[in-house]
Amino acid sequence: MVLSSNDKTNVKTIFTKIGGHAEEYGSETLERMFITYPQTKTYFPHFDLQHGSAQIKAHGKKVAGALIEAVNHIDDIAGALSKLSDLHAQKLRVDPVNFKLLGQCFLVVVAIHHPSVLTPEVHASLDKFLCAVGNVLTAKYR
Amino acid sequence: MVHWSAEEKQLITSVWSKINVEECGAEALARLLIVYPWTQRFFASFGNLSSPTAIIGNPKVRAHGRKVLTSFGEAVKNLDNIKATYAKLSELHCEKLHVDPENFRLLGDILIIVLASHFARDFTPACQFAWQKLVSVVAHALARKYH
Repeated sequence: MVLSSNDKTNVKTIFTKIGGHAEEYGSETLERMFITYPQTKTYFPHFDLQHGSAQIKAHGKKVAGALIEAVNHIDDIAGALSKLSDLHAQKLRVDPVNFKLLGQCFLVVVAIHHPSVLTPEVHASLDKFLCAVGNVLTAKYR
Repeated sequence: MVHWSAEEKQLITSVWSKINVEECGAEALARLLIVYPWTQRFFASFGNLSSPTAIIGNPKVRAHGRKVLTSFGEAVKNLDNIKATYAKLSELHCEKLHVDPENFRLLGDILIIVLASHFARDFTPACQFAWQKLVSVVAHALARKYH
């Protein structure tokens, strides 16, 4: 699966529209993921997972930051997220299936806040991008 | 048997009552074919699927999307008996249509996104949970008779 130049344009456009809300969307994505897919909470036994928790806000900010970093280096996502990829392989070891769940929730959040921007083509590009990010983060697992 | 809390049932039926099945079904199927283009393999007889515009405007896609979502409504009406509701359809998808059940999961995920875009903030996390559970149960029921 390769990101076409159209895909890259679509992803950059949507992230421009998201603008300063990225951190907020990161938190909302996580919250929805924990509620929709409770098994994902198993990776956060040390977190307060209540609505509005400072830890979810902080972690949402981190997740959003990583996505933005990937967008800003969309021609070399593997390079941009190399350290994060190491972290997930060696320390966090989040099962690969969960990246799809996070991606689904991010798409839901974008659909809620920007329904008119998430045209089918942009939806396809964003889904591909999120898959690419997930692939990079799990690339060194074995 | 799947257990639904009263709240989950309420969230499901309330959202369903506000859906335009024709529009929503058409959109969901079109998005499936656009976002996951390999799913077009089942629709060679549908004519022009060469671009997102073609897919969205394709009358067979619209009609089939409506048909699929209408059928989904049977699950909403029979939440306590989804397995039996889809037994025959499951056999059909296996024996005649030869559809990999993974496709049911893909369509379910797409439907969630369509609902989110239509209902915005009203599509609360609790709502998303209930509907994600529903699409998962429907996908499972449709795969159940596979052999």
